[in-house]
Amino acid sequence: MSTSTIQRGILRPEDVAAAAPLPDVLPPVKARRGFFGFIRRHPTMAFGGALMLLIIAMAILAPFLGTVDPTALAPARRTREPSAMYWFGTDMLGRDVYSRVLYGARVSLIVGFAVAFFSSVIGLTIGLISGFVRWADAIIMRIMDGLMSIPSILLAIALMALTRGSVGNVILAITIAEVPRVSRLVRGVVLSLREQPYVDAAVASGTSTPRIIIRHILPNTLAPLTVQATYICASAMIAESILSFIGAGTPPIIPSWGNIMAEGRALWQVKPYIVFFPAIFLSLTVLAVNLLGDGLRDSLDPRMAKKV
Amino acid sequence: MAEAPLLDVRNLQTHFRTPDGVNRAVDGLSFHVNAGETVAIVGESGCGKSVTSMSILRLIPEPPGKIAGEILFQGKDLLKLSDREMRAIRGNDVSMIFQEPMTSLNPVLTVGKQIGETLRLHQGLNKQQAEQKAVEMLKLVGIPAPERRVKEYPHQLSGGMRQRVMIAMALACNPKLLIADEPTTALDVTIQAQILDLMRDLKNTVGAAIVLITHDLGVVAEVAERVIVMYAGRKVEEAKVGDLFASPKHPYTQGLLGAVPKLGSSLTGDETRLSEIPGLVPSLKTRIEGCVFASRCPRATDLCRAVAPALEAKAPNHVAACHYSEKELLAA
Amino acid sequence: MSATLQMNAPLLRVDDLKKHFPLRGGLLGGVTGHVYAVDGISFDIAKGETLSLVGESGCGKSTVGKAVLRLFDITAGQVVLDGQRIDTMSQSALRKIRRRVQVVFQDPFSSLNPRMRVKDILAEPIRNFGLAKDNADLDRRLAELMDTVRLPRDAIGRWPHEFSGGQRQRIGIARALAAEPDLIICDEAVSALDVSVKAQIVNLLQDLQAKLGLALLFISHDLAIVEHMTHRVAVMYLGKIVEVAPRRSLFAAPKHPYTEALLSAVPVPQPGAARKRIILKGDVPSPINPPSGCRFHTRCPYAFDRCKLDEPLLKPTSTGHLAACHLHDLPAVQNPLSRDVSPLH
Repeated sequence: MSTSTIQRGILRPEDVAAAAPLPDVLPPVKARRGFFGFIRRHPTMAFGGALMLLIIAMAILAPFLGTVDPTALAPARRTREPSAMYWFGTDMLGRDVYSRVLYGARVSLIVGFAVAFFSSVIGLTIGLISGFVRWADAIIMRIMDGLMSIPSILLAIALMALTRGSVGNVILAITIAEVPRVSRLVRGVVLSLREQPYVDAAVASGTSTPRIIIRHILPNTLAPLTVQATYICASAMIAESILSFIGAGTPPIIPSWGNIMAEGRALWQVKPYIVFFPAIFLSLTVLAVNLLGDGLRDSLDPRMAKKV
Repeated sequence: MAEAPLLDVRNLQTHFRTPDGVNRAVDGLSFHVNAGETVAIVGESGCGKSVTSMSILRLIPEPPGKIAGEILFQGKDLLKLSDREMRAIRGNDVSMIFQEPMTSLNPVLTVGKQIGETLRLHQGLNKQQAEQKAVEMLKLVGIPAPERRVKEYPHQLSGGMRQRVMIAMALACNPKLLIADEPTTALDVTIQAQILDLMRDLKNTVGAAIVLITHDLGVVAEVAERVIVMYAGRKVEEAKVGDLFASPKHPYTQGLLGAVPKLGSSLTGDETRLSEIPGLVPSLKTRIEGCVFASRCPRATDLCRAVAPALEAKAPNHVAACHYSEKELLAA
Repeated sequence: MSATLQMNAPLLRVDDLKKHFPLRGGLLGGVTGHVYAVDGISFDIAKGETLSLVGESGCGKSTVGKAVLRLFDITAGQVVLDGQRIDTMSQSALRKIRRRVQVVFQDPFSSLNPRMRVKDILAEPIRNFGLAKDNADLDRRLAELMDTVRLPRDAIGRWPHEFSGGQRQRIGIARALAAEPDLIICDEAVSALDVSVKAQIVNLLQDLQAKLGLALLFISHDLAIVEHMTHRVAVMYLGKIVEVAPRRSLFAAPKHPYTEALLSAVPVPQPGAARKRIILKGDVPSPINPPSGCRFHTRCPYAFDRCKLDEPLLKPTSTGHLAACHLHDLPAVQNPLSRDVSPLH
């Protein structure tokens, strides 16, 4: 091999030179396991989860966090600015805003979780039926299309107008408004799963249809459904606050973030803190739930989640 | 006559940061391509052949990737160019054909616009000139009724047609180097034959050098002049195509050739059991100190597991990275 | 068809099978046309025999496999397994007979349920068909299956994602074997695998066939693998079988222009091999609107007037092939396929 002339198909010493291992060009990555490894790999989920746990703990432990009775009236001490005594100030009836915000978290969380749970269960059932029963599919999906054409908050307002204001009815109204979205998602996932070769193989192995649904379809819908449930949880909390804010939600006697904001609205320009604190807590909670959802989506099945 | 090669890759390393370690996708690859030459890089999935082609065009996102070494194209190190200078080379002097023609064409632009875009960008043609050239290019790659096809969208074309359009796009600016990454893998046999035929014809008329990335040894035998065999991010063997198929020197290449059934085997009577390469490709996330193939090599010794063999000439113009000579391998 | 195979009744007989998929469209979702995926094909498979269905994508070969598995109802024709018609069988009777026909799919990733452990995947058919006497028998069978497909026994508790592509394909084969079938449909079972892994799986399938006397319906587009694996070959084009022949005579002297072109188009790993190459013009026409007469006439290098009008039937030719081509009605001097020349040399 001469180096001076180059012809086609002829090798040069340069092509042969570096066969010995070269040093790495990137610094070594320490594969962290355990708790810190989890935070490193899923920072959004870890942050969202931590924030969520904090808010849940706050709601449960509200009586032990220096609160007073959130419904106790004290007309003499109305509209006090935030101070060492009243951390978030008091409202126009003299109630302690700090205590009300902490207890209010309970309503938001209950509504959020309950709506996420019920709409997932109902949506899953409806979605499975329309994914498997052809004639039912046409009917169900037209009804769902109809429901989806009404903005969900308007639907919830209309439903609340028909009933008495209570936390249970708020949950019911928001659930009904959210079900179409879940059932559409589940139906889509079921239809694509039915095309999977492993389902065909299960049919060929003599597996009955109910067993195919339970063993092969259902477990594989849970990942996208869980992700969707977190988003529903967040939007249900917002919906609850909107309903309460316009007086169509939780009864005013129960402190909820929507109610607190509704009551503070009249004094918004002079006493902004009454609206400010519940609003901040609502935003943080929704942020926590959404971060958790994003993290779950990325870690469970990135491909599936993008279709949502 | 000392003529510098068109493409000269030296000690190319492309590593990726992943949550569980550094992936050494390409680890110390050197090769060259002369003007007008067709060089094939073969290997199985994960051997680093596609990463090599992406590295040459600097299409590797950094981070998480990192490219090191030298990629000299006409004497200029591509790794030292600015993004702007690199863009002027991509699609112009060096262009690329991808495996999946549907995903590499823009679905909302007509075929003519897409070919014209490169021409207007790199050659400063105006709209009419670009469209005219696009029609010419479609004719060159054997698309019937090019005046009509130039106004169509990718989804209106069949898979074979789309691959022809991709080739037309790649050739539009008369590139000196064409990188074809599995150009026929997604196509049916009869369409593959058409495209390979086209590539052979174009090589003679256009004269661009080709780096062909493929896993299909049949395609290599049909198109390439020189072959580089990659395994686990390294080059394990390189030779002229005839020499490589006639007498492979590396145990991996030997295993690979023995693992493919030969068409016509029922007629010649040499029907043998396919040779298997046992085991799996090693993880590239742990550093391999010895020979990369040692874990699967039927003749591996303690030396192989401890020391990486250098590429050495086993015959004229035929190198392989193996500690043992052919005789020793046969004896073992 | 060789004489020995004709003596016993075939294990599987497919007679004039048609499967047309309706195309829906428009405002009311009415049927606007049909995809003629499989349009009248007949073949049979003897016990222990391998029949390969070859053809390019869209020729309907996978649809045939699914029809034999009865993953959907067919449009017309008959599918007869060991004397029993399975195309008209009730769902409950069908579930029992399903044991005898199993399937291995192409994609090793989507063919295993990601949320089931290997042992549950393999136990499913055993439980469904009541093959195990008790739990101890089930465990013994599972361990045997892992041995048969050469996977370590202790891997049985793992999840599919912990395995490589080739290993997953072994699990897929083990699942098919778990039902103790007579016929396995291999739908591009080795196409997605790397060369060295492909050889492992091909060897495994051949060993299993020799050991268990399985019949295989081997659906593939890879002619070199088909030649290596098969006893007989059926070539499909646009929903029709154009040629059926024993392996050797098909590769030695194809009797249909499409088979000839297909064989000549395969790149072979022999540099400089001078072969007569027939490059077909154009693309495969759409199965929604197949050409009149012979479906291959639009691309056939030998097509003449009759081919456009008259659909050729699958008929025996001089050399024991079945071929659907009008050329064989011409005098031998005018028939380019009568010279017994392999396009491989």
